[in-house]
This record gives sequence, C-alpha cells and structure tokens, in this order.
Amino acid sequence: MDRKLIVSSSPHIRGVTKTRNIMLDVIIALIPAWIASVIIFGPRTIVVTCATVAACVLAEYISRKVMKRDNTVGDLSAIVTGMLLSFNLPSGIPIWIAVLGGIIAIVVVKQMFGGLGQNFVNPALAARIILMTSFPTAMTTWLAPMSWRGADAVTTATPLALTAAGTTDQIPDYLDLFLGLRGGCLGETCILALLIGGVYLVVRRVISPIIPVVYIGVVAIFSAILGQDPLTQILSGGLFLGAIFMATDYVTSPLTNKGKVIYAVGCAIITVMIRVFGSLPEGVSFSIIIMNILTPHIESLTAPKAFGIRKEAPKS
Amino acid sequence: MAGYSNGFLGKLGIVKSPGAPVPHRKHTTDCETVDMPVPATVSICMQQHIGAPCVPVVKAGDQVFVGQLIGDSDKYVSAPIHSSVSGKVVKIDTLLMPSGASAQTVVIETDGKQTPDPGIKPPVVNNREDLIKAVRDSGLVGLGGAGFPTHVKLNPSSESKIDTLIINGAECEPYITSDVREIIENSWDILSGVYTVSELLGVKMAYIAIEDNKPEAIRIMENIASKDDAHGDIVQVKVLPSRYPQGAEKVIIDQCTGRRVPPGKLPADVGVVVMNVASVATLARYLKTGMPLVSKRLTVDGSAVSQPRNVRVPIGTLVKDVIAFCGGYKEEPAKILYGGPMMGTALASDEMPVMKQNNAILAFNAAEAKSYEPGACIRCGRCVNACPMNLMPTKLEQASLHNRPDELKKYNVNVCMECGCCAYVCPANRRLVQSIRVGKMILRNLGK
Repeated sequence: MDRKLIVSSSPHIRGVTKTRNIMLDVIIALIPAWIASVIIFGPRTIVVTCATVAACVLAEYISRKVMKRDNTVGDLSAIVTGMLLSFNLPSGIPIWIAVLGGIIAIVVVKQMFGGLGQNFVNPALAARIILMTSFPTAMTTWLAPMSWRGADAVTTATPLALTAAGTTDQIPDYLDLFLGLRGGCLGETCILALLIGGVYLVVRRVISPIIPVVYIGVVAIFSAILGQDPLTQILSGGLFLGAIFMATDYVTSPLTNKGKVIYAVGCAIITVMIRVFGSLPEGVSFSIIIMNILTPHIESLTAPKAFGIRKEAPKS
Repeated sequence: MAGYSNGFLGKLGIVKSPGAPVPHRKHTTDCETVDMPVPATVSICMQQHIGAPCVPVVKAGDQVFVGQLIGDSDKYVSAPIHSSVSGKVVKIDTLLMPSGASAQTVVIETDGKQTPDPGIKPPVVNNREDLIKAVRDSGLVGLGGAGFPTHVKLNPSSESKIDTLIINGAECEPYITSDVREIIENSWDILSGVYTVSELLGVKMAYIAIEDNKPEAIRIMENIASKDDAHGDIVQVKVLPSRYPQGAEKVIIDQCTGRRVPPGKLPADVGVVVMNVASVATLARYLKTGMPLVSKRLTVDGSAVSQPRNVRVPIGTLVKDVIAFCGGYKEEPAKILYGGPMMGTALASDEMPVMKQNNAILAFNAAEAKSYEPGACIRCGRCVNACPMNLMPTKLEQASLHNRPDELKKYNVNVCMECGCCAYVCPANRRLVQSIRVGKMILRNLGK
C-alpha cells in the first residue's frame, strides 16, 4: 500500500460561493451609492472612503498580527466595513476622525471580540456612534448637495433635522430626496443608487429581502400612524442605507426568517420612536445596534422546528 | 408535500429552499452495464449490512460455488452472505472497514468457471412466512446505500398499518447512475418486485419515484406500469424535481405522500415502506432464479478513472480490480470513495472489497479531492436555509465544538441524516457534517 489517499468526512465536494465572493458582492453593491456620493458631495468623498478603507484594512492586518492570529485581510470584510463606515460620515469630516473611526470599528468592535463572525454589534455602526458622541460638531456638519462646485462650501441641515425643527417647508421635494440631493452622510442620500445595490444583493442571493422590506415598510406605516409624512420619513436619514446594508449584516442579524421579521420590526419601531420622540433627529444607527444586541435572543426564540416535529406536540 | 421545492419565493430568499444545488455529473447515464470478468481473488466481508455481523460457515481450503452460503448469523437483524464466485477459500482474514471497526472477511481464490451451487433453485412461496424467509435467504439488504436487511423491513410490527410502498429511484447523488441503469435495463424485474412486495404488505399505493433528470427511465417505467392492468391501478410513477437530497428516505416520503416521519421514528410509523429500485429488482430475480445477491452494479467514475462506466461485479471484488477493468487510473488518485461525493465514504486504500450496499466507486484526482481550510462562520444562514431536516447546522457545530450536550439535544442533533447540504453551501468551508457526527457521538457516549 504505497499509495497515499485523502480520508475525510463527507461531503467530498463543495459549492462555489465563498466568504470572499459574498464580500465582493457587497462591495459591488455599494459602488452605485458611492458614485452618487462623489457626484453629490464632490471628490472629497473619495478621500474619506479611501481613508476609512485603508484604516480598516491596516487595522485588521496589524491587530491580527499583534494577536498572533492568521491574516484575514483576504476575506475582504475589512473593506466592506471601511466603505460602510465612510458612508455613515459627513463628506467634510476631518480625515483623522475618519481614520480613528476605522480603527475603532476593526480593533475595538471586531477583532477584540474574536474577529469576523464574533462581533455582537455592527462594527461600522458602533464606530459611527462612538464618533458621533465624541465629535458631535464634526459629525453633524453637512455639506449642501452640489455645493462643492462653487467657490465656498455651503452647509445645510438634514431633512430630519428640519422636520425636528418644524421647518418642513425647507425639505427638498420627493424627487430630490429620492435622487439624494439633500444634506446627509455621504452614502445615505441617494435612494436610487442604494436600491440598485439592494436589488443586486437580492438577485445574487447575498441577502434576503425580508429585513429591508419589513424595516422600511414598518417605518412608513408607523410614521404615518404618528402623524408624520411617511414618504419623507423613509426617504430621509440613513434608513435605506441602514435597512439594505447595515441591518442585513449576517453576523449581527438573526439566522431564521421569522427572527428576521421580528428584528426588522424592532429596528423600525425604535427608529421611528427616536425620530419622533427622541432628542436626536435620526435613530437608524441606534435602533440597529439595539436590535443587534437582541439578535441571539430572537434567534433562540425562533429556532425552527426540526422536520417531523408536530407543532401541537406536547413538550417532553 | 410543501416545503421541499426551490420555488420563486425560495429563490428570492423569502422562504426556506431546502437542499443544495449540487452538480449532477451523471456522465454515465447512457453507459450500458458491462459484466466484469471474475477477478483472481475476492474478499467477501462478513459485515455488509446494518445489524449483527455474520460468522463464516466455510473454512480455509473449502471449495465454494456461486450462490453458496458462506456466512450467517442467528440474530434477527442481519443478512446471510453468499459466495459470489466458484473457487477455493484461501483464508479467513480481518478487514479494517472505513468506519474504523474490524470485520471478518472470506478470501476466495477463483477458478474462473463460475459454477453455480447445485442446491440453487427458485424458492417455493405459498404464504407470507415463506416469502419473508425467501427474502432473508436471498441475502438482500437495502441497496441504496444503507444496507438495512430487507427481510426485517418487509416484516413490520403488526401495529404499523402500511398502506404505501415507495420505490426509490431518485438517485440524487452526483455521478451515480447505477439505479437509472437498473430501471432502463431491468424495468420488468422492478415492476414484478413491486407487485410482490405490494401484495405482501397489502398496500393500496405503490409509487416509483424518479427525479426529472432521468427522462428515459421515467418514460420506460410509465410505459410498462400503464400496460399492465392485471394488478389494478396501484403503481404510479412519481416524477420528482431534481434537487439533492431528493432520495433521502424522509424527504422522498414527504414528497410522495405529504407525511413526515417524526424524529426517532421509522417510515413504517407513518404507514410507508421505502425500497430502492435495485433492491426490489433483485428480490424479483431471486424469486425467479433462486440465485441470491452475489453481484452488484456499480457506477465507476471520477476524474482519476480512465473509462467511467457502469459495471456489474461479483461482491467482494477489490476496488483496484474494478478500476483496472475500467481502464485503470488516468491520473494518480488522491481520494477514492464508496458511493457518491455527498454522502460517500473515503477509503484509505484501493484494496477494499465491493460490498452489497455499494452503488458507486469514485476516484478523484488531486484537484477534485482538494480540501478547503475552514474560515470563520459569518452566520450567513445558508446552512439553515439548506437543511432539509429544518435544523440549524451552525448551532449544532458550535454545540459540538464546545462540547455542550444540552444544546446538541435542544437543536435535535440526532435528526441530522448527514446529507451534507449544509457543508456544501457553507461559504466558509466549515466542517459542519464532521462536527455534527462528533456531536452525535458526544450524546451517545453520555447515553442520551
């Protein structure tokens, strides 16, 4: 018996979709919104995104090295985090703050909890919240859309801030909101581009449409109940970015379909509550983070019944 | 019947779409079965079934004939073993099986004459008991891969009211075409076996279930089943979507009848008996000729095999002899399997003998046998979506890796049939099935 054969457990063949392909699909899906942000807020958004992506990738590489773990930069997840973080920042953010955000996302939120798959909240969102509480002015100074072409940068307020202030007559019309011609974080404004990315992710079967559809739908219904204009509510703030790209993060959302529905409803209700009753104009980040923390509990409550176990069967 | 299709909502990811999009790779569907010449020696294992191993009833130096009893057991759950060749017993050896257990094996040097045992004659069957005895004497076990003794399966306890027989011709494993060849080449044997078993069990309905990627087999079976009116209209060909693991017992019962076998129960508990097409045809042939199960049709395929084909070989033929008959190795094999790539067993050597329940031998080159390094679980949920048993493989894996018996029980580890869908779709190449097997062992060792 001179021949050496591999003996391993079945199955002996594997599918073609790998972690890296999934991350690459997310990156591709983010590109339309990124291009829109460059058009709306100018070339500085390129600098911001490159800074956060570079910070995330380097932070991942160095922190894994320091912790004597294998290099995982190749799975592309750090690039996704970097892109998403930049999408959650104002385009005029000082670069060092953006870089700090990238380091917080990767080192504190992701790697210190064990790396990919182990973080209990979304790294980009957690970093955004830390930046927002640490640098409130820099994080809420919004460049007016298309003002980058002029000689002087013009700042503006976001539609939700206008709503909170009661100056609803200054809110751009629905078409401008849909195209992203309003103040806001650099990647959140162009709903059209975000939708294109979302449809791409569903068609490629990277995400299930359950979370985005339920999240946005319930926000519309619940805002209407509370007397808000539902269309302005869903087209403003970070709802589409959050619902399509952040709330659907595999690691921090429930595995089960039933769990996804509960999670999305929770996100929507908390979002609207913060917007309407809270002192902050926007609540997407906080609502997703809160539901991230509840995910393990939702999941264990919605574990599917194994094949052949009858629903009415008494518990033994 | 619901719950096992890859419909529109499943494609959109709104509802679960169980199963895995495994490649079919049915290269040998049109390869008519070739009889392999008798090899110089065969090694007939005494454990080719689920249940008690047989004890050899021959000794070194004995002359044996084709079909002669060479191993038997007095235990109920067991099946006798017959010589597949004529020749002389050289020795009784010990064989290390892929499971890690050892079994006795009767090594026979063949004389090439293939003289049948003079005692062989068709069994006389007058009543139910005669038939059950005949089934046992034929040495028949579930030929689909499980190897459960057929005489036990066909003799269910009197409480279970069997009303449906399902003949499993789904053949959902990639590469394997031995069952579709059985249907194409021996359709009348199958039908005759179906009538015999239907009468024995007193069933009202007999389904011959075939996946829709085998149109010729479906056409042939539908054609002959409709022509025969003598037995009433109990036989129906059931065309199933080609989606792995369509041929898994619980899945095929659900697909044909809408009944779901509860965890820890048998098909008989929901009134169903499932038999493989090759098993039922073999039974029919035994009743006609009296020649027990001594040879087996195998699909020989894989990237390291020169001439992939279907061959009929004497049981006990060594894998290396079978491959030599198929033109030998085209490339250096890196992995050799008993059975298909989803549920088959990897062999440590090509000097293993063919067993009753084998239906394929696959030899993979280094590229095809490539093993992937597992990465971190990203909780994508693909395994949960793919599991036909509605389990959460990633939770089971974690419970197994962290040795948590309570969680293994809570998430029903023992419902897993190890079909491999979860590991197949896992983008992080996690060894889900392997961990789940360990998880089952953790519970077994605790006696739970």
